Amino acid sequence: MKREVTKNIMLHYPRHLTEKPVISDLIKKYDLTINISRARIDPDEEGTLVIELAGLKENVDAGLGFLKDLGVVWKPVSKVIARNDDKCTHCGACTIICPTGALVIEDRATMLVSFVRDGCVACGLCVPACPYRAMEMSE
Amino acid sequence: MHKTIEEINERIKKQKALVLTAEEIIPYVEENGLGKTARQVDVVTTGTFSPMCSSGAFLNFGHSSPRIRMQKVWLNSVPAYGGIAACDAYIGAAEISDEDPANKIYPGRFTYGGGHVIEDLVAGKDVALKAVSYGTDCYPRKELHTFVNIRDLNQAIMVNPRNAYQNYNVAVNLSKKVIYTYLGVLQAKMGNANYSSAGQLSPLMNDPFLRTIGVGTRIFLGGGVGYVAWEGTQHNPTAERNERGIPVEGACTLTVMGNMKEMNPRYIKGVSMLGYGPSLALGIGIPIPVFDEEMAMHVSVKDADIVAPVVDYSKSYPQREGKILEQVSYRDLRSGKVSIAGKEVPTASISSYPMAREIAGILKNWILEGKFLLTQKVASFPGPESGQTFKPLVMRQKGGKQQ
Repeated sequence: MKREVTKNIMLHYPRHLTEKPVISDLIKKYDLTINISRARIDPDEEGTLVIELAGLKENVDAGLGFLKDLGVVWKPVSKVIARNDDKCTHCGACTIICPTGALVIEDRATMLVSFVRDGCVACGLCVPACPYRAMEMSE
Repeated sequence: MHKTIEEINERIKKQKALVLTAEEIIPYVEENGLGKTARQVDVVTTGTFSPMCSSGAFLNFGHSSPRIRMQKVWLNSVPAYGGIAACDAYIGAAEISDEDPANKIYPGRFTYGGGHVIEDLVAGKDVALKAVSYGTDCYPRKELHTFVNIRDLNQAIMVNPRNAYQNYNVAVNLSKKVIYTYLGVLQAKMGNANYSSAGQLSPLMNDPFLRTIGVGTRIFLGGGVGYVAWEGTQHNPTAERNERGIPVEGACTLTVMGNMKEMNPRYIKGVSMLGYGPSLALGIGIPIPVFDEEMAMHVSVKDADIVAPVVDYSKSYPQREGKILEQVSYRDLRSGKVSIAGKEVPTASISSYPMAREIAGILKNWILEGKFLLTQKVASFPGPESGQTFKPLVMRQKGGKQQ
């Protein structure tokens, strides 16, 4: 049986690739489903893209290999956003901002805020919304 | 049956006092009733941790050589008020850095402001001090650039003119676009409801008429020991109250002060409210002596007994229209969703309930260990009988009709 997999990754495009239809190639040539959660081109024309990529495992692996060969650096999203536990006060202001429920109060008795990394799509909305700036993004 | 502060303190010194937190007292009263609670329980400890504007600190830097009469003062590029004396300044929590673009790039991030200067000082970090002056015969220096550390300051006295607000608004946004407020990011069309109170753990919810709290009350302040100095600004004891005496809107407030050198950065944190500005979040815990059955009733308050007003921060609040959309209980707010005008709205808190609980627990331990004694207040603050209200600012001509 063929296995379907989903991967949330953050891509870094070097300047010379920002005008190439990389995502289109991933969809057409590797039969992948792509969901873009964030896209940005910096003033220096380097690009950052956060995507969810889903499909058969062999296609996902081939697609990621294609990106690597092109010179697009990628890393899993779960390593992009981190919570600084020294700064977090568990107020809960982020829980209303996070669109995927990765920042969530699971137990209404303790009122502690959990950061469920697997649910994070690195949209980055929590970073400026946290009053304590406890959510940190590495790019 | 009426206990005195002296009797309670004698038991604290012998480490025989019965001390419970404002959460622990709720099932205790349900089980034992008011009479037994009043006889058995000595103290209930409360706590709150939240951004609290109207906070700041007086700093004395000592004199440089040659001396300067500091006219304008900056700490890490954040202006402090120097118009007090030659080398004293007041750094306010909500002050923004001169280099901050503010809301020119909307919504402004306000990464570093007065609250962060205070946090850095408490954390023992070096802070850049800049001062300018016009020069006098006795204070000839006109410019000064150096670094200061809280260890070397003669005094660092936190003086917060309005803290520990008794109840507060719940903010929603009825407009069609997201807005950025001091109560957090509010999504369009009532996408969320943000609140800011520790509810049943909050100090002034447990002594709603301030029977035991007044000038000189010793408290937990920012991880150290502080004192209640005065009524807070905007103190409004005549706010509408429910049958338990709990205000149904923002009401009483406190001016608190303490030695910042003894504080702990865990309980003193600079905050950056997106699109609004910087502030300071801090922890306050107040011990409530259970003198009698009336106090036993007050400290048994639970989230279900307390309601807060829901206000539209896209129009009603900024235009000061005073319209209240709904009253919701802290039990519902803390459950994660409330019903407002027939719509189910997800909630988020700006105040940290886990930190409030931690502070009430620390204060309880300090008392149990016999190292924190209760104080008899020296003077009371205006109560409901005073008629004192929170007045608005009316714009008028010179000599025009006063309120």
